[in-house]
Order: sequence, then C-alpha cells, then structure tokens
Amino acid sequence: MNRPPHQISRMSLHRFANPTRFLRIADAVSPWATGLAVLLLAVGLYLGLAVAPPDYQQGQTVRIMFVHVPAAWMAMACYSLMALASAIALIWKHPLADLSAKAAAPLGAGFTAIALVSGALWGQPMWGTWWVWDARLTSFLVLFFLYLGYIALWQAIDDPTRAARAAAILALVGFVNIPIIKFSVDWWNTLHQPASIVRMNGPAIDVSILVPLLVMMAAFNVYFVALLLWRIKAEIIARRVRTLALARVEPEAGA
Amino acid sequence: MDQLSTYLAMGGYAAFVWPSYAFAALVMAGLALASRRALRHSARQLAALEAGDRGDRRARRAAPQDPSS
Amino acid sequence: MTRKRRRLLTVVAGMSCLGVAVALMLNAYGDGLVFFYSPSELESHHVTPGQRLRIGGLVEENSVVRQSDGLTITFKVTDLSKTVPVSYRGIVPDLFREGQGVVAEGSLGADGVFMASNILAKHDEKYMPPEVAAALKKSGRWKDGAGPEGVTKP
Repeated sequence: MNRPPHQISRMSLHRFANPTRFLRIADAVSPWATGLAVLLLAVGLYLGLAVAPPDYQQGQTVRIMFVHVPAAWMAMACYSLMALASAIALIWKHPLADLSAKAAAPLGAGFTAIALVSGALWGQPMWGTWWVWDARLTSFLVLFFLYLGYIALWQAIDDPTRAARAAAILALVGFVNIPIIKFSVDWWNTLHQPASIVRMNGPAIDVSILVPLLVMMAAFNVYFVALLLWRIKAEIIARRVRTLALARVEPEAGA
Repeated sequence: MDQLSTYLAMGGYAAFVWPSYAFAALVMAGLALASRRALRHSARQLAALEAGDRGDRRARRAAPQDPSS
Repeated sequence: MTRKRRRLLTVVAGMSCLGVAVALMLNAYGDGLVFFYSPSELESHHVTPGQRLRIGGLVEENSVVRQSDGLTITFKVTDLSKTVPVSYRGIVPDLFREGQGVVAEGSLGADGVFMASNILAKHDEKYMPPEVAAALKKSGRWKDGAGPEGVTKP
C-alpha cells in the first residue's frame, strides 16, 4: 500500500461522499425497519403458532415450517446479495459494496444455521432421520461453510483492501452453489420434497398455512434489513475510525 | 390448564417444534444484540477519536461522550 | 478499454467459465448425486444382489402386510409403472403410510425382494389442514396415490 499522499486524500474523499448519504438514509429508515420487524415477527408467530391448522399428514410438525422455510429462503437471498455486492465491489469499487457484503455475512450464517437445525428437528419425526446426504441437504451444508469461510477470510487478512478482494472472489465463486441448492430437488432424486411456493401450478400450500408462512417470510426479510442497516453503519464508522487514526499517526511519522 | 398442556404437547411433537423456535429465537436475538453492540462500540470509538486530543488518552477515556453528538 | 470495463469482463468471463465447469462436473457425476433409484431405474441399472443402495417411490395402496412375527412388514414400492417388493424389520417413521412417498435403504435379494435395513418417509410439497383434505376427497377432486405430479392442488 504505497499510494502517494495526494491519491490517499482523493480516495478518502470519494469514500466519504457516498457513505455519508447512506448514513443519512439509514438513520431515517432504521427505526421504521426495526419496528416493522418486531410487529411482523409478533403477527407471524401468533398466526403460525396459534392460528394455523395442523397439516393433514404432518400434524403439528408443520409449524416448524414457519421458521425453517423463511430461514432457508433468507440464507440464500443473503448470499445472493453478498455475491451481487461483491461483483459491484470488484468491478466498480463502490465504497459501500464490500462493507455491505461483510456486514451481511454473519446474518446469512445465522439463517443457514437456523434452517439446518430446524430441518433436522423436522426430519427426525417426519422422515425418520435427522440428516441424510442428499443433494439438497448437502448443498445447503456447503452454503454454511461458504459463509464461515467468507467470515474467516475477512478475519485472516489484515489489510482491508486485500481482505475485501479475496472475500469478494470467494463470494462470487460460492454463488454457483445457490442455483444448485434451488434446483437440486428437481435435478436429482432427493429425500427433500420439491418447492412448495415457487411452483409451476402456483403454491401447493393451503391458504390457512400459506398466509402465516408468507407473514413469517416478510418478518425475516425486514428483520434482515433492520440488522443489515445497523451492521453497515457500524462498518462505515469503523472504517472512519481507522482512517482518522491513520491520519493522526501519519503527520507525526511523515511530514 | 388442560387446554394449555394439550397445546404445548404439539400433538406429541413438542420435542421437535419448540426447540426449532427456541433455536431460531436464540440465533436471531443473538445477532441483533451483537449487531447493536458492534454499532455502539464503533460509534464510541469515533466519538473518542473526534473529541480527544492527541496523546491525552486518559482524558479521552474519562469522557467518552462526544459533546457534539 | 477502461479499467472498469476490463474488470467487468474479467468477472463475467470468470463466472461463465466457473459455471460451465460446475455444470459439466454435475452432469458427469449426476448419477452419484441421486439419493435413490426408482423401481424403473433399478431395472435398467442391473443391480447385483447384495449391493447396498436406496430405492424410492410410493408405498403401493393395500400392499403393506405385517408378518406374523409382529416386527417384519412387507410392502411394495411403486413409481406407477414398475413395483419392487420390500421386506423390512423394525420401526417405521410416523409418515410411513400407503400412498405416501418412501425411501428404503438396503440391498436387493436374489429372489427380487428388496431387504431394507432402514426406512425413510418422503413427503410431497403439499400442505393443507385435515378438513381441506377430507373435503377434496369427498368432492372427488383428489387423485389418491397419483404420484407427486398428478395430485390436484387445493
């Protein structure tokens, strides 16, 4: 990192311009997102645990779906978002892109863990097994390790610029796993059943179960947005702290 | 009371339904708390940097609140 | 060519190459990625007796018989064109029932009976309350055991 000083100041100006606007928007949106997330979660839990009927085959275990499906959905959506942000970071060097991907990763890892654990807890009573190595379950476990690898890469490399580039490349390479997860149940025989919502003939779920599921999916979505705003803001401030700290050290050591 | 215990039994699947919700709640609450804490931590660092004079670390630690915020 | 354009092309080319490579690999190993064979696939795969594998399909209606020892059950797995007789000793999952999906782990005996050592239930993608299922059956809009493709949606 031997950039001439004039280039550093130009870079940091460029870096400050957009994040400042982002912080303004985030501060305005954040309370609403948090409030809406709490509201939707409360309504979704009420519908899922109290209003939704048991399934004609699976009985009360169908309620596990209301955390399993939204978590699995968000795990994949979050990774797709990280891949998109990583591409933007690599190509256009947008100052917020790699920060957003970094901020999203722990959330995606959390959603993946929820989907895996609730899936095991659903599989044992219904399928008769906690886990099988079928294409869907295996590719989803790979997603979990991709998240862990991504987070570890950021921690392992000290120089933020180089860490960002390495992590972005990993995020992009790992993105091939997303269509594999999605279509695994169509391409190969799996123990996991095919998609219930995004389906040729429309959802295969009765309205009384579909509505609680959709509310929970919306709730997980808004929860993700609310937390992502906090996390990106924290990353922006942390970067500003680093820049300020560097700026204080440099005049002493240099000019 | 009877109704409640029937409900909590989840048709005999209580050992699977409730842990699913408990794990999800644990992870999601944990992430929310960790994210809040990270935000507060870096905000405090920034405030200290902006407020404190160079070389006077003790004063900065004694007054972590940024008067401008 | 600007640097941005070059980076864009690099990312697009890299992702395309990666996509093609993974697609080729999955295509080549596709057979190893299936979790089970259907009865029709079992026939075309020339399985040697004793080889461990999984078969899957629907439990044929009226085919489940509990043997006199009280532990062994026999049933037929069907994909609606071919059927395989299965024998299993042990506890079956809650979802195991006639007309429902099933995956049996074990090996094919010399007599053509699949000796299962483990039974997994497979369910379809449909969810509905019991009353809706009953109403559908009553109105005749329900195709029992018609397989994952043929079942009507509510």
